[in-house]
Amino acid sequence: MVDKTVLARQFIEAIPHAKALGLNLTDIGEGEAEISMPYNEQLIGDPRTGVIHGGAVSAMLDTCCGAAVMSHPSAPGGTATIDLRIDYMRAATPGQSIRTHATCYHITRNVAFVRATAVDDDGDRPVATASGAFTVEGR
Amino acid sequence: MARTRPEPMQVVKQRRDAALKALVDGVPYVRFLNITFERRGDELTGVLNFDEKLIGNPFLPALHGGVTAAFLEVTAVITLSWEHMFPRIETGEIEAEDILKDENIRFPKTIDFTVDYLRSGLPRDAYARAFINRSGRRYASVRVEAWQDNHAKLFAQGTGHFLMPQPPKNKA
Repeated sequence: MVDKTVLARQFIEAIPHAKALGLNLTDIGEGEAEISMPYNEQLIGDPRTGVIHGGAVSAMLDTCCGAAVMSHPSAPGGTATIDLRIDYMRAATPGQSIRTHATCYHITRNVAFVRATAVDDDGDRPVATASGAFTVEGR
Repeated sequence: MARTRPEPMQVVKQRRDAALKALVDGVPYVRFLNITFERRGDELTGVLNFDEKLIGNPFLPALHGGVTAAFLEVTAVITLSWEHMFPRIETGEIEAEDILKDENIRFPKTIDFTVDYLRSGLPRDAYARAFINRSGRRYASVRVEAWQDNHAKLFAQGTGHFLMPQPPKNKA
């Protein structure tokens, strides 16, 4: 199990786009994952307010969900997104980093079901939530 | 009775291209992903210009699912903003400079967005087009499709709902 966690961490850190976004995998294991992304002016969606673009939050949530699937004890290896729905509750506060937490709450031989939340410094009011289905692939 | 003479082509083209450029270039994240837009009349096609940093799975390799989602969402928001503003761009009420600076010009806000991943995104350019299912006073529903080599074989499609910018409240 520990081996798989190390593998998943290395895998996430080897993803070119995760690197481009500046993602840090802060916690992973047992079907759960946590990623943080520092504030970055290149990712601004509305230049008048400095709010991060929803697309960057989507990319983060997608990565976090994938990591959660791979860390699940019954997942044999890789995964790919089948579908992902994102709900945007509010704008992330400019200047603050964004954290996401994903939980793989059910897994079958072929499909993993995942939920995730994104927050900024105010952890009680989510910025966005996601829910999706992912493939379960062998090694 | 004679209808007014149509504007010279360059005038029309210059006005539309300048407005579109302002709409797209004003957003840092669109530049980060290097998404550009091609225009035919009022029809837009988003182009995701391939770069190594867009890769999500280095072993296949394939585009990052999050990049695909972001590309679809950017195409939806830009197309919706464009169609929303187009009549006012045509009358000259909105100029390119206003799009960048005028505080009163707001953009649609994403409420939710769902992406279906149909096949893996290949490491090359991708294209997307958005279709506005319904655009009301407050809400809009938009569908987006994305393809690479063959338009008939979509690699992803998405649907999203957006909150339309509200006009400033009239003084009572």
